[in-house]
Amino acid sequence: MNQYPAWKYILIVVVMIFGFLYALPNLYEADPAVQVSAMRGELSDTVKGQIEARLSEKKIPVKSIEFDKRRLLVRFGNTEEQLAAADQIKDVLGPDYAVALNLAPSTPAWLQAINAQPMYLGLDLRGGVHFLMEVDMDAALQKALERYSSDLRTLLRKDKIRYLSIRPQAEVLQVKFRSAEDREKGRELIHGEFSDLELKDVNDGKAFALEIRVSESEVREIRKLALQQNITTLRNRVNELGVAEPVIQQQGDRRVVVQLPGVQDTVAAKRIIGATATLEYRAVDTEHDVEDAINGKVPAGSKLYKDRDGRYHLLKNRIIVTGDQIINARSGFDSQGGQPQVTVTLDGKGARKMLEFTKANVGKPMAVVFIENKSTTRMVDGNPEVVNRKVEEIISIATIRDVFSKRFQTTGLDSPQEAHELALLLRSGALAAPIRIIEERTIGPSLGADNIKQGFTSVVIGFVLVLVFMAVYYKVFGLVADLALAMNLVLIIAILSMLQATLTMPGIAGIVLTVGMAVDANVLIFERIREELRNGNTPQASIHAGYAKAFSTIADANVTTLIAAIVLFSFGSGPVKGFAVTLSIGILTSMFTAIMGTRAVINLAYGGRRLQRLPI
Amino acid sequence: MRILGKATEIDFMGKRKIAMAFSTLLIVIAFASLIVRGLNFGIDFTGGTIIEVAYPDTADLAELRQVLADAGHPDAQVQHFGTSRDVLIRIAPQEGRNRAELSDEVLSALQAADPAVEKRRVEFVGPQVGEELTEQGGLAMLYALIGILIYVTLRFEYRFSLGAVAALVHDVIITLGVFSLAQVEFDLTVLAALLAVIGYSLNDTIVVFDRIRENFRRMRKGTPVSIMNASINQTLSRTLMTSLTTLLVLLALFFLGGEIIHAFALALIVGVFIGTYSSIFVAGSTALALGISKADLMPVQKEGAEEVDDRP
Repeated sequence: MNQYPAWKYILIVVVMIFGFLYALPNLYEADPAVQVSAMRGELSDTVKGQIEARLSEKKIPVKSIEFDKRRLLVRFGNTEEQLAAADQIKDVLGPDYAVALNLAPSTPAWLQAINAQPMYLGLDLRGGVHFLMEVDMDAALQKALERYSSDLRTLLRKDKIRYLSIRPQAEVLQVKFRSAEDREKGRELIHGEFSDLELKDVNDGKAFALEIRVSESEVREIRKLALQQNITTLRNRVNELGVAEPVIQQQGDRRVVVQLPGVQDTVAAKRIIGATATLEYRAVDTEHDVEDAINGKVPAGSKLYKDRDGRYHLLKNRIIVTGDQIINARSGFDSQGGQPQVTVTLDGKGARKMLEFTKANVGKPMAVVFIENKSTTRMVDGNPEVVNRKVEEIISIATIRDVFSKRFQTTGLDSPQEAHELALLLRSGALAAPIRIIEERTIGPSLGADNIKQGFTSVVIGFVLVLVFMAVYYKVFGLVADLALAMNLVLIIAILSMLQATLTMPGIAGIVLTVGMAVDANVLIFERIREELRNGNTPQASIHAGYAKAFSTIADANVTTLIAAIVLFSFGSGPVKGFAVTLSIGILTSMFTAIMGTRAVINLAYGGRRLQRLPI
Repeated sequence: MRILGKATEIDFMGKRKIAMAFSTLLIVIAFASLIVRGLNFGIDFTGGTIIEVAYPDTADLAELRQVLADAGHPDAQVQHFGTSRDVLIRIAPQEGRNRAELSDEVLSALQAADPAVEKRRVEFVGPQVGEELTEQGGLAMLYALIGILIYVTLRFEYRFSLGAVAALVHDVIITLGVFSLAQVEFDLTVLAALLAVIGYSLNDTIVVFDRIRENFRRMRKGTPVSIMNASINQTLSRTLMTSLTTLLVLLALFFLGGEIIHAFALALIVGVFIGTYSSIFVAGSTALALGISKADLMPVQKEGAEEVDDRP
């Protein structure tokens, strides 16, 4: 009685070996390292050579260099060497590379070969910034409508259909025609060119209007693209910051999470990431007088803008190119005069538009408008309300010297510094729609270290208390339960590491709690065994009955808790979700170790023998 | 070693009227406090900014308040956090200020007053995030309860199911009541703890129910009350033992886990006490009050297969 078939022992041993292997990487301490990645394109061998040469010249000892096309990682013995090296590397590589401080896991190669990696430490444990940002979808839609209206204008003009006005309203575009006949022609033309638009005739007094609505599916598409483009833009901007292993993730259908481990200068981070800016190239209105406009007579089709010095300019409403059509921008110097300049490259669509525009406007000025969205909160009837404010500013006006399309230079900049900043803004791409920070969490490095220390101490102390208590209370059986508990902890850590879960403070609490509760299965079994013994059964029969009878109770109790955990996982977010994951894993591993694991040990120790009494 | 001597024979169900009165009293107090005092919601729910800073020596709060008032934050709440060197500053959402930059402003004002200040933590949450969170948390709890209701009905019986859910609601309300009375800050980690309390209390209740079902089927004689009593007594040492080990760990968390985890540990400690009590007194009594009888639990269909369960 009480013997396991060989396969069960083998299964337990195999599971435990896997558990130990995958939990092991967490024991290796991380190396201070410097991570280098290219802002654009790939890293070359030259970069590696340059870094090696400089570090050996400055006598900074290097532990190792890992290098692939995407990134280069140099490890150091301590943080002082790391900091000194980062300065040297930044100096030798220049601004086209992101140089970031990193803590690189020092998992040995043989563990890496089986894909064993340590858990990722959450920001609350390592320090850093967490931003949650929301994309303004109404603005994205509004912008799309503006784009459509400029496309429609071109289309109608090309086919010589006369219209009175094209105006984007809240959710629709209104096109007014002189006659029903024109409207009919216009509708057919628009319908043929833009199948994603829904058209409806509206009679507005004397005018013959056409109401144009963007279809449901197109609206969804616009929102999706706006979010995607914002994520890409944010990724580029974060790259400029030079942060190791940043997290930029979509959350829900209008939010983006940005996590920057190790970043402390939140002002700089916010300035670059949170610069909710867009750019637009617009034609300067030279036909009308600026003074008249300032005095209130703003001509139709134009608008007044200020430049950085506070001077007014009249710009045409029609947008030539928007910031999201810029592929690349670099600062440099003009080959003839040595003046600072910025070279801009446009995408195909932008290039076509630019070509069309410059053909007709050589010798005329063109302006770059910088648009920043600032949001503030004010109280309305005791409730906070978010107010968005749009700041539009001309950052440069340059004369078109020649016809150009895909690549062109902007000159007339005051300083190399200004050229550099303009290039950075242009290059990092504009946001498709304004975003605003709706949540921000910063954890200082000393707090992160404290959290780790305290979390670790409380786990160890709590764990040891439970171990001692179980051993005293259930004697040999208690020791077996202790063994299972230790195995349980190893398995939980192994599974969390395999899933590459992020370990946070609530996560640690979840693990601690699971440890406290994990003894429950063993307590149930052992109490049953005691009960059976009390009822006068033999030790062997008591062990057997104890396990058998406790099983359905354990299963019922755990399945109900598992249901709760799964529901929490599906509906919760953030820490609640993390907690649900640890809880579910803990339930499953504790069932395995507390039922099968302890039984195996007890079977090995007592199975198949005649026993007088049990040490329980 | 044993906590309890031999088998106990305490008349738990005989005292169920007293327990019911006691529970009702607790719930009334909890509700009254929740209505009158409400919960001290953290910024996860209300929105706003909190800034935790550390000074090398004891920080003078009055002086800090003055510094903040001069910087344009006369309403900032300033308090010690854990030690007298650590300070927590809370700022409610404000009119006409760029919220994301607020923390930087406050920090630079503090730095100007005393360069030795060290930034420990800065958190800003927009009001809409908190609103969604409250809704999501409430929904998650509701769905969890429905899921449990269905599972327990399928595995046991609907009266047990209602008993289990009654015990859970009881535990959650009383734990919330304690947080409201003590005005301990209720943040995201406390919400997670509350969910853990549900898990823990449920575990306890199901273990007792399992024994009740087993005894209903096995004992030929006995009223529902006596069978319930016997079941609770048989599982008593296990109930106390598990509560004790869990409490050991929670106490370690409470005293050693650091200030951030304090409220979390507190919620769980309260929850373990209440959960243990409710699994003994509330869950069974509710099923009893709903008129559970022996016939309701006799094995139907395949459920009888449980007697010979050879697994592990």
